[in-house]
Amino acid sequence: MTHILSNTTAALPGDGTRRGPGPIAALDPRVRVVSSVAYGIFVVALDNLVALTAALALSLTLLALSRLPPGRTLKRVAMVDGFILFMLALLPFTVPGDPIFTLWGYPASWQGLARAVQIGLTANAVVLALITLVGTMEPVTLGHALYRLRTPETLVHLLMFTIRYVEVLRQEYLRLRAAMKVRGFRPSTSWHSYRSFGYLVGMMMVRAIERSERLLGAMKCRGFSGRIVLLQDFRTTRADALFALVLTGAFAALLTLELTLR
Amino acid sequence: MIELDDLHFAYPGQPPVLAGASMRLGPGERLSLTGPNGAGKSTLLRMILGLQRPTSGTVTIFDQARSREKDFHEVRRRIGLVFQDPDDQLFCPTVAEDVAFGPLNLGKTRDEALAVVEQTLTVLDLLHLRDRVTHKLSGGEKRLVTLATVLAMSPEVLLLDEPTNALDPKNAARLTEIIDALPLPILLVSHDPAFRERIAPCALELTEGRLVPV
Repeated sequence: MTHILSNTTAALPGDGTRRGPGPIAALDPRVRVVSSVAYGIFVVALDNLVALTAALALSLTLLALSRLPPGRTLKRVAMVDGFILFMLALLPFTVPGDPIFTLWGYPASWQGLARAVQIGLTANAVVLALITLVGTMEPVTLGHALYRLRTPETLVHLLMFTIRYVEVLRQEYLRLRAAMKVRGFRPSTSWHSYRSFGYLVGMMMVRAIERSERLLGAMKCRGFSGRIVLLQDFRTTRADALFALVLTGAFAALLTLELTLR
Repeated sequence: MIELDDLHFAYPGQPPVLAGASMRLGPGERLSLTGPNGAGKSTLLRMILGLQRPTSGTVTIFDQARSREKDFHEVRRRIGLVFQDPDDQLFCPTVAEDVAFGPLNLGKTRDEALAVVEQTLTVLDLLHLRDRVTHKLSGGEKRLVTLATVLAMSPEVLLLDEPTNALDPKNAARLTEIIDALPLPILLVSHDPAFRERIAPCALELTEGRLVPV
C-alpha cells in the first residue's frame, strides 16, 4: 500500500492476492495487521530511551526483512516526521526542568529534550513497522484481512470502495485539468484561479455523488440488499507462528530493557 | 498552421499507437481523421495541444517548433479543442460561467467576458441555456455548450473529437449546420461518414500508427 505515497507504480497492480518477495510478504495478512497493532501499543508504552532505540532497531530489522527499498522507505518515514517536527522543536521550551540554553529569554530544558527524543523514536519505530508490515500489502488484501479480523463490515466496504474508486476520481480530475489547460488556464494568485479550482472540486464531488447513485442502482439491479460477501480466506502457517513467537520474544527483551534500566 | 512530423508514441506497457505519423493542416483547410477505436486519434489531438508529448518527432504549430510546456501556452490560447466527452469539459456550475472561463483566462475583464458569453450564446442560439446548471443539461445541450465554450475564445483553428457522438439526429443536424458555417480551419475526428463528408471530405486514416490518405 506504500505506493499511495509515490506515483511510480499503478494503484492496483495484479489481482490483490499476489505476494511480493521476502519473508514478511509470505506471512498471513491478519498476523501482520495484528502484530503491527500490538507493536504500536507496546512501543508507545515504553519510556526508556535505550529500550526505544532498541525498538527502532527492531523496526529497521523488519525493514530489511521486508525487502522494501530502504532509501525510499526511510524518506517516507521522514515525511511523517514532518508532521511532528514543530511539536518536537517546541517541547524543550515547554517542559519545565534543568535549562540547557536560553533562546530569546525562553529556557530549553534537558527534560523537554529527552521527551522530544522519546516521542521522535516512538513515532519513527511505529511508523516504520507499520510501513513494513501493513504497507507491503495490497490495499485489497488489507481490506480482506480487516474483514476476517471482524472489523465492522461497513468500514471494510468503505475502504474497499475507496480503493476501487480513488483511481477513477483521479482520472476524472486529470481530464478536467486537461480541459482547463486547453482553454488557457494557468494557476495564479487571483480570484479567477481560486474560483476555478473551487468549481473543479465542486464538480468532482457532484459527479462522485451521481456516480455513487448510478452504482447503487447497478448493485440493486444485481440483487444487492446491504451485504457484500467477501470471499478471500486466509490460512496461518508455521511461518506465522514462528514470526509471532519471535516478535513476542522481542517484546519480552524490550520490556526487560525498560524495567532493568529504569 | 499545424505540422506534425514523424511522431512516435506508446503508452507504457502497450504497443505503440503512433509510429511515424505525419500530417499538416494549412490555413483554410479542413481535414478529417479516421481509424478504429484506440488507434490514437485523440492522442494525436492531445499532442497538438501539448497535453501529451511524443517520444520522438516534431510538433510545429504556427510555424514554431513546440516541445516544452511553455511553448504550448500560446497554442492553447489560439487553438480550440472540443473534447470527446462533454462532461470532461464542463466543470463550472452554470453555462455562463463555463463559457466565460476561457475569455477570463485570456486576460479579459469580467464585463468583457460576460459580453463574449452573451455574444457567443446568441450566435449559437443558446441564450436560453445561459443560467442553466451545466451537469443538468441534456447530452445534446452539453455538446453545443462545449462548442460555445471553445468558440468564446475566438480560436484560429478548431479541433473536434467525435462531436456527433451520442447525439440524436436533430441535435446532430444542428451541430453540423453550426460547424459548417464556421470560417475556421478544422481538424475533425469522427466515425460518422455522413458528418465527415459534409464538414471535411478530405480524410486521413490512422492505421498502425501512421497517417495515410483515404
